[in-house]
Amino acid sequence: MTGYIYKTDASNSQDIEAYLQAHQHKSLLRFITCGSVDDGKSTLIGRLLYESKMIFEDQLEQLSADSKTKGTQNGNIDFALLLDGLAAEREQGITIDVAYRFFSTDKRKFIVADTPGHEQYTRNMVTGASTADLAVILVDVCKGVLTQTRRHSYLVKLVGVKNIVLAVNKMDLVDYDQEAFEKISSGYRAFAKEIGIEEFSAVPISATNGENITKCSEKTSWYSGPSILEILENVNLEQSKAQEDAFCMPVQWVNRPNSDFRGFAGKIVSGSLVPGDKVSILPSGKITAVSKIVSFEGPKNKAFSGQSVTLTLKDQVDCSRGQMITAAENFLQVADQFETTMIWLDEEALMPGRSYYLKIGPQLVTAVVSEPKYEINVNSLEHIAAKTFKLNSIGVATVTVDRAVPFAPYHKNRELGGFILIDQVTNSTVGAGLIKFALRRSQNIHWQELDVDRENRAKIKNQKPRVAWLTGLSGSGKTTIANAVEKKLANMGRHTFFLDGDNMRHGLNKDLGFTDADRIENIRRVGEVAKLMTDAGLIVIAAFISPFRAERRMVREMIKPGEFIEVFIDTPLSIAEARDVKGLYAKARSGELKNFTGIDSPYEKPHCPEIRIDTTRIDIEEAAEKIIKILLKT
Amino acid sequence: MLTHLERLESEAIHIMREVVAEANKPVMLYSVGKDSAVMLHLAKKAFYPEVPPFPLLHVDTNWKFRDMYKLRNEVANDAAMDLIVYQNPEAKEKNINPFEHGALHTHMWKTEGLKQALDLYKFDVAFGGARRDEEKSRAKERVFSFRNKQHRWDPKSQRPELWSLYNALKSKGESIRVFPLSNWTELDIWQYIYLEGIKIVPLYFSAYRPTVERDGLIIMVDDDRIPLMKNEKPIFRTIRFRTLGCYPLTGALVSKAKNIPEVIKETLLTASSERQGRAIDLDPAGSMEMKKQQGYF
Ligand SMILES: Nc1nc2c(ncn2[C@@H]2O[C@H](COP(=O)(O)OP(=O)(O)OP(=O)(O)O)[C@@H](O)[C@H]2O)c(=O)[nH]1
Ligand SMILES: [Mg+2]
Repeated sequence: MTGYIYKTDASNSQDIEAYLQAHQHKSLLRFITCGSVDDGKSTLIGRLLYESKMIFEDQLEQLSADSKTKGTQNGNIDFALLLDGLAAEREQGITIDVAYRFFSTDKRKFIVADTPGHEQYTRNMVTGASTADLAVILVDVCKGVLTQTRRHSYLVKLVGVKNIVLAVNKMDLVDYDQEAFEKISSGYRAFAKEIGIEEFSAVPISATNGENITKCSEKTSWYSGPSILEILENVNLEQSKAQEDAFCMPVQWVNRPNSDFRGFAGKIVSGSLVPGDKVSILPSGKITAVSKIVSFEGPKNKAFSGQSVTLTLKDQVDCSRGQMITAAENFLQVADQFETTMIWLDEEALMPGRSYYLKIGPQLVTAVVSEPKYEINVNSLEHIAAKTFKLNSIGVATVTVDRAVPFAPYHKNRELGGFILIDQVTNSTVGAGLIKFALRRSQNIHWQELDVDRENRAKIKNQKPRVAWLTGLSGSGKTTIANAVEKKLANMGRHTFFLDGDNMRHGLNKDLGFTDADRIENIRRVGEVAKLMTDAGLIVIAAFISPFRAERRMVREMIKPGEFIEVFIDTPLSIAEARDVKGLYAKARSGELKNFTGIDSPYEKPHCPEIRIDTTRIDIEEAAEKIIKILLKT
Repeated sequence: MLTHLERLESEAIHIMREVVAEANKPVMLYSVGKDSAVMLHLAKKAFYPEVPPFPLLHVDTNWKFRDMYKLRNEVANDAAMDLIVYQNPEAKEKNINPFEHGALHTHMWKTEGLKQALDLYKFDVAFGGARRDEEKSRAKERVFSFRNKQHRWDPKSQRPELWSLYNALKSKGESIRVFPLSNWTELDIWQYIYLEGIKIVPLYFSAYRPTVERDGLIIMVDDDRIPLMKNEKPIFRTIRFRTLGCYPLTGALVSKAKNIPEVIKETLLTASSERQGRAIDLDPAGSMEMKKQQGYF
């Protein structure tokens, strides 16, 4: 264990003011290490931290003690233990969750995320990758490119990590053999090309021995490229093109300390701004101008991408959390349906058609994911048919949200096109998504039928849609029986709706009179309404005299076969007339009422109704029971 | 292009605003140390011109340095924010102290005290000034760190945290600890304090102070509660502190650094980590993880 001593950063402390000045203006590179299990990711970072003097004496002491008891190096220093900080990780000698570590050199500051190689913990790897500028993909020279190497490469490319380094590790085990290195890097090159990684640097390294980590190793004289650290220090950070794009700031919070001040707080995700600039509020599209850029230090005359700011606007426009303030001329779109690439992060698989929360920027909306278009096999890159996404699946699916949201495709801007899905019951983050493009609903009109159909809706209600169509003379008892049926069904927890002349004629059919044509139109509309209600999964009880066989057949034909149940309320004219509850028969007899069924207009008895109720023999209770029995028959 | 400090500042402000927009009743844990000072300063910036819309909570152990109590009261006053000081009544009653009770002292006053205060006031989100560079289980923690009804942290099932999208949803009784300074290092903190002129406890700068030695640590004699051995006299040394906790548990550094550049210079040259001066952190490995699982922030 000799040889590992703490090294101070003495050179930097000579002229402290100059050092601070330089340090303050260093750029920041965020990177990750990824790749398959045991390829040496944690060891590499431990080594980098050690070499860049980030490991203090007490930590080094602790490390050498730990290496003896928990290490994988026969008691020699095990640099992975610097990273694997959870008890469970040290027990098993693996990484479970991302560790974030920090170091700096004279040139740059670094935040590195050490991600786990196990497939089971892919969600933690994605967490690290989502904010990285660069990824070091490790491959064990003895094992070559494995499924996890491919999965991680795919994910890294997917989330838009710009720079990729292939570190072929454990070169010590093959005597720093050039051929072994070339074999792996050319194999990887072929795969990388297929997934759209055009460029990457390949470096032969030994993480445990520190070869080609900070400086070039003598052991690989055949390799003329830079060391890992040299790449990290010099990689071009084209601090995102977001800077040149049109101004955009999602509103996070409205600042209202008193009635005179209304500020809009948020982080600028693209472009820049000066007071007076014309801006548009999305999704409303209202135009106004920025009056001030407010800050703790006083008003500012410019704000740009990456900063968290507070703005005031010239006009009193409606603007709240989740809306966007953008340049009047901008690249944003507003839509409520998207084609997305998804990474599923939860043990519980995606349930197409179910509601999730979707968070995009500061906006939280309700979303439904349709059945996946396909899943991607990370090995073969084939598109495979899938009914759902399981833990760690990557695939493409349509997402529909409950209101239109402003966005940009993910490749254009991560902050405007990346979203997470949240389970509404457990509140877990279950998926991550990248918007590819918006879908126009009209192009996708079948979508709703595919996912939530009438069977589905009825199933939620635990019933079969039905129409009980009660026909019979005026005063035959239709309404009384219908009411009894509905009450009983409601008690059984069934979802019903009662349609009768009263609720139809007062609203939807207000424009219709009692001519033959109008009577037919009346029944046609009733039929259409009943049909929509069966699509909604309801049990409809309709009570209409509907004296003509033709119109009853018309309705029967509108409704799905088997769902229309004709109930003939058979009460002889003499009895109906004797009851005459509403005094209508009297009026008809006296000639005051024309075209009255049974008097001066015919009633055509059904030939073979599903149910016939003889009200002279059974009472209302029995009649209702009889109807319900048939209605609930499956 | 933003410098790394500007990026860290913007990120912290973004995080704080997310919390205020989504929490029912947020609170800021204020321990009077340098990280708390930076966190509070960032909060003032995030919500300006409004006063940060949450109270400060000091979970007091009764054993902090006197200079800390003094600064705490001044700072809350200046900020015009409510300051809640909570002391675990059970710890008080049993006179739990660092001399007799060891680890129980931290557990009762800090861990239990914090849980009691959060439950009592029904705070659902608490800002903490912890940084990932402090300790290796912290390095694993999310910015939004989810706690169950018993305030437990489950390191094996943390929520994925992508981009700058934070999931702040939770069920009743559950809570979230939020760490806006997650990505800051000790050096970043010093540099920011220097650039922004943030007021900190004078104990961070060296002065001639009365001390005794205990278990290899130089302990400052801040008041007469510290038991002295027969014939023992405090020795005056030129010392300062790298972190501040309960005075009988916090080891001092012999140092001449009287201002921030000098402190930074020493920090760059030092061979030991920040937490080395803390007696409570010298427990076996994994202890911070265990404490956090029990609800320590
Ligand atoms: N011979 C040799 N062994 C190495 C080298 N790098 C790492 N190892 C060993 O490989 C094993 C796994 O190393 P880790 O760094 O834990 O691997 P990892 O990629 O972080 O593993 P996970 O995070 O669990 O996926 C350990 O026993 C290391 O000591 C190397 O360059 N040469
Ligand atoms: Mg690892």
